[in-house]
Amino acid sequence: MLNEQREEWVGFVPGKWTQSIDVRDFIQNNYTAYDGDESFLAGPTEATDKLWGKLKELQKEERAKGGVLDMDTNIVSSITSHGPGYISDDLKDLEQIVGLQTDKPLKRAFMPYGGIRMAEDSLKMYGYEPDAEMHKIFTDYHKTHNQGVFDAYTPEMRAIRKNKIVTGLPDTYGRGRIVGDYRRVALYGIDYLMEQKAKDFDNCGDGTMTDDVIRLREEIQMQYRSLGEMKKMAASYGYDISKPATTAKEAVQWLYFGYLAAIKTQNGAAMSVGRVSTFLDIYITRDLENGKITESEAQELIDHFVMKLRMVKFARPDSYNQLFSGDPVWATLEVAGIGQDGRHMITKNDYRFLHTLVNMGPAPEPNLTVLYSSRLPENFKKFAAYISVKTSSVQYENDDVMRPVWGDDYSICCCVSATQTGKEMQFFGARANLAKCLMYAINGGVDVKTLAQVGPAYKPITSEYLDYDEVMEKYDAMMEWLAGVYVNTLNLIHYMHDKYYYEAAELALIDTDVRRTFATGIAGFSHVVDSLSAIKYAKVKTIRNEQGIVVDFETEGDFPRYGNDDDRADEIAVWLLKTFMGKLKHYHTYRNSEPTTSILTITSNVVYGKATSSLPDGRKAGEPLSPGANPSYGAEKNGLLASLNSVAKLPYEYALDGISNTQTISPDALGHDDTERTNNLVNVLDGYFDQGAHHLNVNVFGTEKLIDAMEHPEKEEYANFTIRVSGYAVKFIDLTKEQQLDVISRTCHKSM
Amino acid sequence: MYGYIHSTESFGSVDGPGVRFIIFVSGCPMRCQFCHNPDTWDMMSGEKIEADDLVKKAMRFKAYWKKDGGITVSGGEPLMQIDFLIELFKKFKAQGVHTTIDTSGAPFTREEPFFSKFEELMKYTDLLLVDIKHIDEEKHIELTGRKNDNILDMLRYLSEIKKPIWIRHVLVPERSDYDEYLTRTREFIDTLDNVERVEVLPYHTLGEPKWEKLGIEYKLDGINPPSEERIKNANNILRTKNAE
Repeated sequence: MLNEQREEWVGFVPGKWTQSIDVRDFIQNNYTAYDGDESFLAGPTEATDKLWGKLKELQKEERAKGGVLDMDTNIVSSITSHGPGYISDDLKDLEQIVGLQTDKPLKRAFMPYGGIRMAEDSLKMYGYEPDAEMHKIFTDYHKTHNQGVFDAYTPEMRAIRKNKIVTGLPDTYGRGRIVGDYRRVALYGIDYLMEQKAKDFDNCGDGTMTDDVIRLREEIQMQYRSLGEMKKMAASYGYDISKPATTAKEAVQWLYFGYLAAIKTQNGAAMSVGRVSTFLDIYITRDLENGKITESEAQELIDHFVMKLRMVKFARPDSYNQLFSGDPVWATLEVAGIGQDGRHMITKNDYRFLHTLVNMGPAPEPNLTVLYSSRLPENFKKFAAYISVKTSSVQYENDDVMRPVWGDDYSICCCVSATQTGKEMQFFGARANLAKCLMYAINGGVDVKTLAQVGPAYKPITSEYLDYDEVMEKYDAMMEWLAGVYVNTLNLIHYMHDKYYYEAAELALIDTDVRRTFATGIAGFSHVVDSLSAIKYAKVKTIRNEQGIVVDFETEGDFPRYGNDDDRADEIAVWLLKTFMGKLKHYHTYRNSEPTTSILTITSNVVYGKATSSLPDGRKAGEPLSPGANPSYGAEKNGLLASLNSVAKLPYEYALDGISNTQTISPDALGHDDTERTNNLVNVLDGYFDQGAHHLNVNVFGTEKLIDAMEHPEKEEYANFTIRVSGYAVKFIDLTKEQQLDVISRTCHKSM
Repeated sequence: MYGYIHSTESFGSVDGPGVRFIIFVSGCPMRCQFCHNPDTWDMMSGEKIEADDLVKKAMRFKAYWKKDGGITVSGGEPLMQIDFLIELFKKFKAQGVHTTIDTSGAPFTREEPFFSKFEELMKYTDLLLVDIKHIDEEKHIELTGRKNDNILDMLRYLSEIKKPIWIRHVLVPERSDYDEYLTRTREFIDTLDNVERVEVLPYHTLGEPKWEKLGIEYKLDGINPPSEERIKNANNILRTKNAE
């Protein structure tokens, strides 16, 4: 039962949140906006230095062992599968925030529910012997998600997958992208959350057992059980989380236990932490005001929490690493933003989270995301920009375009995808290669690489020179086909995921009556735009093989390219997004979810490029596609801001799953010194986001540094050298050589 | 009216304050041995662009300029197209844009008709970035092919009318990187009272391939960029922001 007088809540302003679960209301009633500068921040404590030092040693060992320190082979990971684990037994008393995925630091758990073969491939790749009994259990006795999907796939679905016109489908691992509202554990305690789920269970359905009701009843019961297990797990570390947190330390710890339950049970591509900074600041402020902790102790809590997030690891097979390189987990965590009432939501804690990059050096995780608005206080904008200039470890997303759609308590569930915290979940859907689709349109559904008839056998283009109107008509029809088979493949995948790999722990921390989005994606964006522009404004001659299939092009004359603030090309870009999104909406989406799309590739642009033939824009077969919504390599002829202006024209309303843009600026081109660089970066961010752009990854370094890091990965300075790539951050030395070269070849903006 | 334009850059952050749109004009009377843009020497090689079109193009980036930024005309030598510059800057000023000229001062003279035009241009100019290529007249001729008396005179004139300037000095080993010349340069700067900033630009070899491409002999072949120590020395003598 809730009671406004609860001793854990003394000092908090009551509101709707004291009557029912409403974390947003708690935040709005209690946070203290901070307009000052960074001068209050504290450096690392001795304990932080010791623990981080130990962790750095472990990371070095992990790297020396080929990327994995240790792996479980015969314990199936669950919330309670492992006893307590610590960074080091000698230093365990120094750990303010405790809890590991397994019993040892950086040891990867065995997670077979997504697919036993992938789990076993991951073991074999690092020289571990898969367990025979586990193999038998998950092959003969217990079906996995992967098995379910492949049992139901149609031949056409297998063909689009095999020919890679759709790639990265979550049919062999966890779909991820579901952010539990981990704050609920701290604010309400597990017992109250269980009471509420029990009520929801009682109220589920009117006794008529439709498929929907049966499924939901089973799901609520699984959620309820997960909550109970969270209590057990916490108890093994000596904490009782059945009641609300009473101190800042407990609040961070309770919240982390909620997140830990998620990463012990799911190996989704993206396992975000969510919007926790402002929430935790309320607890820290209360303790600071009561003299219970000092600023140094407050920073230590955040440092130790972040240290834990830096340790999250999953066992991945090689095929996965090709797609998402550098061991990412997208433990995305947001700071900043502006509330619906117009007050900015910057708290001292936003500074503390960014300051972890100074106290413990740069790192790719957690994926620190600033919810940006030009109306944020100048002090904060400058501090964030300064951290970017120094560490290249921060990404920016436009709160002014997201707030009207998602409110003021959304989290980013991967790189660029917003989701209302505790209210929504997402069906993650990889991406469709629209560049390949253009080639299918030209070749009547035949794949240039495999020469298989993958798409429908529509009449191919037979002329020597491409005619714009003819290409557009055929492209429209082929996109319609692709949208249909793509959406239906995802419908099937998510049905099976719910059935065999349900996210009980995360959904236990989300409202039972959850809203769902259906997140599709686009790859090859800039190449399609430039190719269509070439066909429209230049002369594109086809080059055919013996079978008459168009395998290459000769393009005569100049044509406008996306990335130069040239409306002729940029209008094609807007058309492409709107058209594909419109087609996706034609089809039924699983569990009445709302279809959205993203222009985001992460590092998969390299793999996608390998499967894509030469294109009319001059990109040759096999070359990497440009990442996300970035303009193509070498297309940008008018500098950074012209490129940003082009991307800013893409309407966010048509790509609610996000529009990713990554830019690298040489420090010399950004200003003479750090003060100028910081101020100029703030101006760039203000100008870009005020035009309605959605996302920007900012790197500040020169190509020389990348080349040196590639050639001398052993240098100490590169151990944690972090760069932002499409939608996330990664340690540069952890990328494959191919991806390193790809990053290096991308435009580094420097002036003449 | 149209100007001859070599190229534009949407994101300039080192040629004047804040974020700036840079217009590189074509045509330059100087032949500096260290020039990193020799492809802008020939005016006719540039593209003819109407002032209105250039303003329109630049204004697309207004959102990034905020209170400090604006436009900078560089080159090439902007003062060679002074009529065009007057029209262009009038238009920018009408829209409240901060205007900067990056010039060598080579075309400057107190003779007419140039001088009246220059006076007119200064009405619409907020800041000038002026290079002192070499303080010594003979060495200046050796380095650039021209005398420097009119350049120093322009600086004196700008000081008289209190027009803000940034002085920039390219530090070239074996040419300008001598304490004696650096000291004389500083002594000259001390006679001016409109200098907001002094910058040392260390010579770099990035322009060399352009010379090769244009088939011009590169006179600084074999001269390396100055050492960190000499750069520090020059900053100290010229008492720049980076002086210690």
